[in-house]
Amino acid sequence: MRTRSQKIVAAVLIWCVLLSMPLWINQVGGYTQLGTRVLVMALAAMALNFLLGFTGVLSFGHAAYFGLGVYGTGLIIKYVVSSTFAGMAVGVLTAVVAAAMIGYLIVHLRGIYFAMVTIAFGQVFYFIAYRWNGVTGGDDGLSGWNRLPIDFGVGRLDILHSPVTFYYFVLFFFAVGVGLMAMLLRSPFGRTLLAIRENERRTRFLGVVVERHIWLSWVISCTFVGLAGALYALLNNFADPHDLRWDQSGEFVIMAVLGGMRSFWGPLVGAAIFVVLQDYVSTMTENWMSFIGMFFVLVVLFFPRGVLGVFRRRIAT
Amino acid sequence: MTQLILYDAFNGLIVGAFYALMALGLSLILNLSGVINFAHGGFLAIGAYIAFTLIPYVGFWGALVIAPALTGIFGLIIERLLIRPLYGRDPLYSLLLTFGLAFMFEDGTRYIWGPSTLPFSVPDWLNEPLSGQYFFLTGYRLFMVALVSLTVIVLFVLLTRTRLGVRIRAGTLDLETVSVLGVNVRILRSLNFGLGIYMAGLAGVLAAGMLGLQPTIGSDLIMPSFVAVIIGGLGSLPGTLVGGLLIGVASGLTTVWFPSASEAVIYVLMALVLLVRPRGLFGEEGRF
Repeated sequence: MRTRSQKIVAAVLIWCVLLSMPLWINQVGGYTQLGTRVLVMALAAMALNFLLGFTGVLSFGHAAYFGLGVYGTGLIIKYVVSSTFAGMAVGVLTAVVAAAMIGYLIVHLRGIYFAMVTIAFGQVFYFIAYRWNGVTGGDDGLSGWNRLPIDFGVGRLDILHSPVTFYYFVLFFFAVGVGLMAMLLRSPFGRTLLAIRENERRTRFLGVVVERHIWLSWVISCTFVGLAGALYALLNNFADPHDLRWDQSGEFVIMAVLGGMRSFWGPLVGAAIFVVLQDYVSTMTENWMSFIGMFFVLVVLFFPRGVLGVFRRRIAT
Repeated sequence: MTQLILYDAFNGLIVGAFYALMALGLSLILNLSGVINFAHGGFLAIGAYIAFTLIPYVGFWGALVIAPALTGIFGLIIERLLIRPLYGRDPLYSLLLTFGLAFMFEDGTRYIWGPSTLPFSVPDWLNEPLSGQYFFLTGYRLFMVALVSLTVIVLFVLLTRTRLGVRIRAGTLDLETVSVLGVNVRILRSLNFGLGIYMAGLAGVLAAGMLGLQPTIGSDLIMPSFVAVIIGGLGSLPGTLVGGLLIGVASGLTTVWFPSASEAVIYVLMALVLLVRPRGLFGEEGRF
């Protein structure tokens, strides 16, 4: 186990890196939007890990709620009201409502059965977005809208034209999401989730209503994934049906596994590695699918504990 | 109108037969080894492309015999090299591995055979309509239904009448006990995996004959097969068969009235089944 001071040092380091990212990312060959994408994907992967790593429930369909966040945001800004916050609110809400309903159907299932059903349910929304041409733009995606500057009355936050301002805008929501999840995990509720992960039957014998806890954990996880989706829509000014597909779900899982499922910050590391690699490979070759596929295979065979898992073991021995 | 409904229902039944063939292989592997084989669609595509390559040399019938067998052997190799080390670990890992394989197979077929749709020739006499009024009853479609039925019958005879089949079914219930009784579980799992992949290869050849051949043929068919397994109930092969046919027909009939919902309807069906019977139509309680 790591000591409390070690944890604080790690957290301070991580926040320093994230806060200063726009200052140095261009010097190391990246660009600000890439950093923003890392943040968004990291939020999604950490939200997934709330369920996967800390409740012990394997969901392979989180892209559905991510995509609902994306489409909810885009559709509202395009058709209803030109407001960034209204779009985000509806995007997140859509994801929460869908997650609450589907969660009700699946909390009784366990293990691979749960995983399979989450995969399959994810596809419903994909087909809706794909087929409902008139509204969602079908296969071409939803374009013709963009994020809007935010007026606070006293000042104006121009997130549209300044990538750096938008980066800090995303970082703010990332901090809120991550902070809330960390608080929840330290609360008695979070401890109960860990207990369910470690031994579901014993936890049940202690009088915990396991299904309700898993349902709550599922909805919380999907809420923050939906938030990540809303931010992703704003980042791209575009909604792509691919955001809803099962490939995307798999990418979230691999980010969590690659970074280390058992650690809170692991998925952030995994997301950073994955996003940068994907960005690099897709400019180098057309066969990026093969590379991503091979990447999955290699991670499973050689890094099943994740980067941070390996790192920690080194320290322990 | 009646003819239209009949047409779509029949079409649905054929598509359902595909789903069933694919889902049965998926189910075999899932039940015995606890591996969700995401790459099943990829194996299907490989089977179809192998058949396409073989047809100029051995004809359609030769390819129909050889291609699934080669796919099965390929499956055995993959199982031995990549999947066997993951047995007994968290199912998450085999899921991620086969997920990566699915990407590699799809991209690999695209790399080797090109991204465009290839013509897949079946013998001419199979393509002729059998009846002027029911133009959709081509020989090929009837042949497919017949072949799928035959495969299913052979599979069930194999599972109930042969030693291997009995061991597979016993292993599905309790692999540890089967192992203690002196059965080599490693070989059992390998053969079972190969059998499942063989069926994917067969489904690939048949699907290519009807839908044409393109790299995404596998990933388009994998999700409905998952739904078929879930609706039928995990652990039950007859359930998987029924599930496949059911979603095929449901999807076909939806095409009559509301074509753009023909894909989404199977997921609605799945939600309804889970609402009423969380373990699926034929699943046993408490097994998964």
